[in-house]
Amino acid sequence: MSKIISIKEAADKVTEGMSIMVGGFLANGTPENLIDALVEKNVKNLTLICNDTGFPDKGVGKMVVNKQFKKIIATHIGTNRETGNQMNSGETEVELVPQGTLAERIRCGGNGLGGFYTPTGVGTEVAEGKEVRELNGKEYVFETPIKADVALLRASVVDKKGNMIFNKTMKNFNPVMATAADLVIVEADKIVEIGEIDPEHVMCSGIFVDYIVGGDE
Amino acid sequence: MDARQVIAKRVAQLLKDGDVVNLGIGLPTLVANYVPEDMDVTFQSENGFLGLGAAPAEGEEDWELVNAGGMPSSIVPGGMFFDSLTSFGIIRGGHVDATVLGAMEVDEKGNLANWKIPGKMVPGMGGAMDLVVGAKTVVVAMVHTQKGNPKILKKCKLPLTAKEEVDIIVTEMALIRVTKDGLVLEELGPEATVEDVVAATEAELIISPDLKRFGVED
Amino acid sequence: MINKIISIKDAAEKVHEGMTIMIGGILAIGTPEKIIDALVERNVKNLNLICDDTGFPDRGVGKMVVNKQFKKMIISHAGTNPETARQMNSGETEVELVPMGTLVERIRCGGYGLGGIFTPTGVGTYVEIGKEKRVIDGKEYLFETPLRADVALIRASIVDKKGNMVFNKTMKNFNPIMATAADLVIVEADKVVEVGEIDPEGVMCSGIFVDYIAIDQ
Repeated sequence: MSKIISIKEAADKVTEGMSIMVGGFLANGTPENLIDALVEKNVKNLTLICNDTGFPDKGVGKMVVNKQFKKIIATHIGTNRETGNQMNSGETEVELVPQGTLAERIRCGGNGLGGFYTPTGVGTEVAEGKEVRELNGKEYVFETPIKADVALLRASVVDKKGNMIFNKTMKNFNPVMATAADLVIVEADKIVEIGEIDPEHVMCSGIFVDYIVGGDE
Repeated sequence: MDARQVIAKRVAQLLKDGDVVNLGIGLPTLVANYVPEDMDVTFQSENGFLGLGAAPAEGEEDWELVNAGGMPSSIVPGGMFFDSLTSFGIIRGGHVDATVLGAMEVDEKGNLANWKIPGKMVPGMGGAMDLVVGAKTVVVAMVHTQKGNPKILKKCKLPLTAKEEVDIIVTEMALIRVTKDGLVLEELGPEATVEDVVAATEAELIISPDLKRFGVED
Repeated sequence: MINKIISIKDAAEKVHEGMTIMIGGILAIGTPEKIIDALVERNVKNLNLICDDTGFPDRGVGKMVVNKQFKKMIISHAGTNPETARQMNSGETEVELVPMGTLVERIRCGGYGLGGIFTPTGVGTYVEIGKEKRVIDGKEYLFETPLRADVALIRASIVDKKGNMVFNKTMKNFNPIMATAADLVIVEADKVVEVGEIDPEGVMCSGIFVDYIAIDQ
């Protein structure tokens, strides 16, 4: 069964009200073509889970400018003024999460765990409303799993089973998000045949991937 | 030397051979310029690699290799790329020897505020909360005051980044260590007097009996 | 650069009576056999073992079991070494059996600074006895706590002089995660190379975790 579909078909998998995870760190490792197709499709009321909101003209920030999110879960929104504006005006709900905690919460979602205790955020706003527990003489905050309806990822090389390589710093949230969504779509810079990637070099397995788009570069 | 360079140089002298260090964006990045060549310090970039090198020359940028500020960077021999999970496992797990970062406010207990000014600026904490909680030594590197207003306070007023995690504060005027008894002024900057530092600091300072001066050779 | 290279004998001498040691490998694949042999010869006793299994009587950590060097073992499986069961039944050695996935997560918690996790594995079984059980989102989970060790003894195929590691094929198993969770980490290297000889994309576990690289000298 071929996993390869068009960008337009991929964008059509995302429908109003869904939660989406988008890979990337300040737009590095973000599936830009999928983002552009979603801006064009103009699907609204989405919930975003992403490290940050990129820039107004780069990464997931383009969808923020287009007002496609009702809620944003991110670690940092400082590089996109539009996110702050929408938060202050009350148009968009923003939940700020420490970066390590965001990664672990997604991992919990993808790895079948029910939650974890982290020392990050103890004594800060992040711990408000959460269980704080002393374990072995140290305080920890209880954090819960995050999953999404769709994960949109970017990979440098993808074989036709969906096995992925992410070049250099383009890894960031891409591999862990692959594990934590009901539907996983990867935008490939390059698509190769099965077996062309050395099994020692695969960075994330194709078993997580439902659809592959791109491969034109 | 301007204030930022004075601070960066003194912070670099705190590092030890073999250390793994995370430098925040802005002033802390300058610290790398003052690490002696014969000293082996590995810089961690929280977006996903160890072995952060110098910025590439113009025209040689690789947009697949960026630093935590999203700008093109380089990797030194012996480095390694990884995803955000591994990156923050390293950070939160205590495998980073020192993190150097700026602050809006620090207080007598070592509380730090650097991520939010309610109603004005809410960029988000990014990786700062994990770094400050996880690193073995937390160094705040900053200009001593905000246009004359003290940033080293009795108690932080802004939302905290972390509770009681700061170990050392380095400014152009002073090196201050956070101890159980309070803030100890251990060193004066190249041009500061004790009176200057006390006047520019809201927090109580314990003056070390062994008070030294840094940055005088320049 | 700090010289991390020591002899196998010197590596064994870092392990002292009463210590807790983690040992990499599954059924002796990826286990540091030379260090094990040196520890058998050194005959250091009353150790606590954290390892996937107890190998075989003549292979892997099983050789230390036969030599009665452990007072306690935390393992997922003892079936390939009859001596482990004999010592457990006679009461000579305490054995804590932990599901394999839980063992990995507990070591990861220890190495990655988490206070514990909630896993569905073991609910309704012998494993849940004495543990907190919590319903999260309608599903039952067990609370599992971090594991750390005084010393981790791991094995890698290629190690550069900073300690950056490559583990060939199925020799990875517990090795990379154990590298994160001990006060002292010693890697037995099949081959040592210069810094920079391993492609940064090919490093599987960073040398920042490694204190010593043990080789035949």
